[in-house]
Amino acid sequence: MREKILLAIDKNSKLSVEDLAIMLGSSEEEVSTVLKQLEDEHIICGYPTLINWDKVKCERVTALIEVKVTPQRGLGFDKIAERIYQFDEVQSVYLMSGGFDLTVIIEGKTMREVANFVAAKLAPMEAVQSTATHFVLKKYKEHGLPLVQAKQDERMLISP
Amino acid sequence: MRNPLSKNVVNIKPSGIRKFFDIVTEMKDAISLGVGEPDFDTPWHIREEGIYSLEKGRTFYTSNSGLKELRMEICHYLHRRFNLQYDYEHETVVTVGGSEAIDLALRAMVDPGDEVLIPQPCFVSYYPCTVLSGGVPVVIELKEENNFKLTRSELLSSITDKTKILILPFPNNPTGAVMDYDDLKDIVDIIIEKDLYVISDEIYSELSYGEKHVSIASFPGMRERTIVINGFSKSYAMTGWRLGYAAGPALIIEQMTKIHQYAIMCAPTTSQYAAIEALKNGDSDVEMMKDAYDKRRRYLVHAFNNIGLKCFEPFGAFYVFPCIKSLNMTSEEFATQLLLEEKVAVVPGTAFGDCGEGYLRISYAYSIDNIKIAMERIERFVSKHLPMTNR
Repeated sequence: MREKILLAIDKNSKLSVEDLAIMLGSSEEEVSTVLKQLEDEHIICGYPTLINWDKVKCERVTALIEVKVTPQRGLGFDKIAERIYQFDEVQSVYLMSGGFDLTVIIEGKTMREVANFVAAKLAPMEAVQSTATHFVLKKYKEHGLPLVQAKQDERMLISP
Repeated sequence: MRNPLSKNVVNIKPSGIRKFFDIVTEMKDAISLGVGEPDFDTPWHIREEGIYSLEKGRTFYTSNSGLKELRMEICHYLHRRFNLQYDYEHETVVTVGGSEAIDLALRAMVDPGDEVLIPQPCFVSYYPCTVLSGGVPVVIELKEENNFKLTRSELLSSITDKTKILILPFPNNPTGAVMDYDDLKDIVDIIIEKDLYVISDEIYSELSYGEKHVSIASFPGMRERTIVINGFSKSYAMTGWRLGYAAGPALIIEQMTKIHQYAIMCAPTTSQYAAIEALKNGDSDVEMMKDAYDKRRRYLVHAFNNIGLKCFEPFGAFYVFPCIKSLNMTSEEFATQLLLEEKVAVVPGTAFGDCGEGYLRISYAYSIDNIKIAMERIERFVSKHLPMTNR
């Protein structure tokens, strides 16, 4: 049931407990209990909204930064990752395999703001060896959902 | 001038859906729960394979019975999913949708005067295709109290010494009924004893929400008297590609292929290449879509029972078939009024046979948001028209 609920709300967290219970052939009590457990165990970490900011007037820029770091003895990459993700500007931090160590995704109001963050906060950190900043020009799809307008239903209204 | 028309054709009634379709198209901003096709796009890797085949210039005819690789994949699939064994070379033919396969099977087997048993409510084409092939359609009216399954006694009482073919359309469009292992076991001995042939239309086989679909051809003694019809439209959301197939004994498939060869030549080549990809790598797509349908199915059954329209639980296809007998209206009046008053298009049960009177076919090949809006309107409509005594 845990997995069923997670799959059902993965792309639509707006589903009500009542609807979930009906659709999964369960009871409202069971669904609420499981949801509570999942939240307590921090398996469900939040219910954010997927917004296409490009269509809203306010300016926003997103940058993906490749970071090479020196891991610390006994702590590996976790400590430095934590130092980085504590900043409010940071949206995501991933530990990577391959040519660099951390992917850091930053959101800022302007390109200057992002550049400042990299120059003033990120790059000077002792463990950080190097950074490479890539600005996002356009977002097409996020969280498995296309950001473009859903296309119209082109089917005939009725068919056998 | 002589009358250019064939009496046989003119005498066929136009499809009940067609009539209603004309009313619906007048209505501009109607929302619908009326379609008989998936709302999903064909999965991208399948479409991409079709595009690739075009880029490679694979724009020629294939052999009449279809690409060898596709027929081999079809046989693998039928074995893997339903434990059916067919020889791809002599026992399969790839057709233009399941519909063509139905037509071919009837034309290959029916002689004038042969009786064909058609359990209704059912898909619209069995009856006219039987008439066109010179056969005599004999309707078996299925009942809600039997969950719209074909029972042993219904079958027995419909058989005469002219009966040759039984059409078995399960999982069923429009009722959503399925025939499970025990239901089929119950009728198999009659079919063998009375020496009948079966056209088993299993186009919705992947959309079974209870137990796994069982094909009647998998029963001992049935393989040699069954034509299994299946296709890609419903399971892989490929209606527009027009691709289906039939599998059965070489004796019958050979004659079906002959008609197909002269009337159609071969199924669309692009679609055949895409279908190979569907069978090879499409299992997870089928699973994902089935899962989504299942949620909507539960939602709709619950919603209809909640607003006081009794709705039996369907275990297949993507339709619910609620009963509207508590309202003083025919199915057609209900559907027409609902369209005019609330702008929701549904299909009256009578489009699938006279015994569909008192029912509606509601499709859940729609997003849950669309279903919710439609159900709110249907609820408003029903509460307005439900007689006081039934509230």
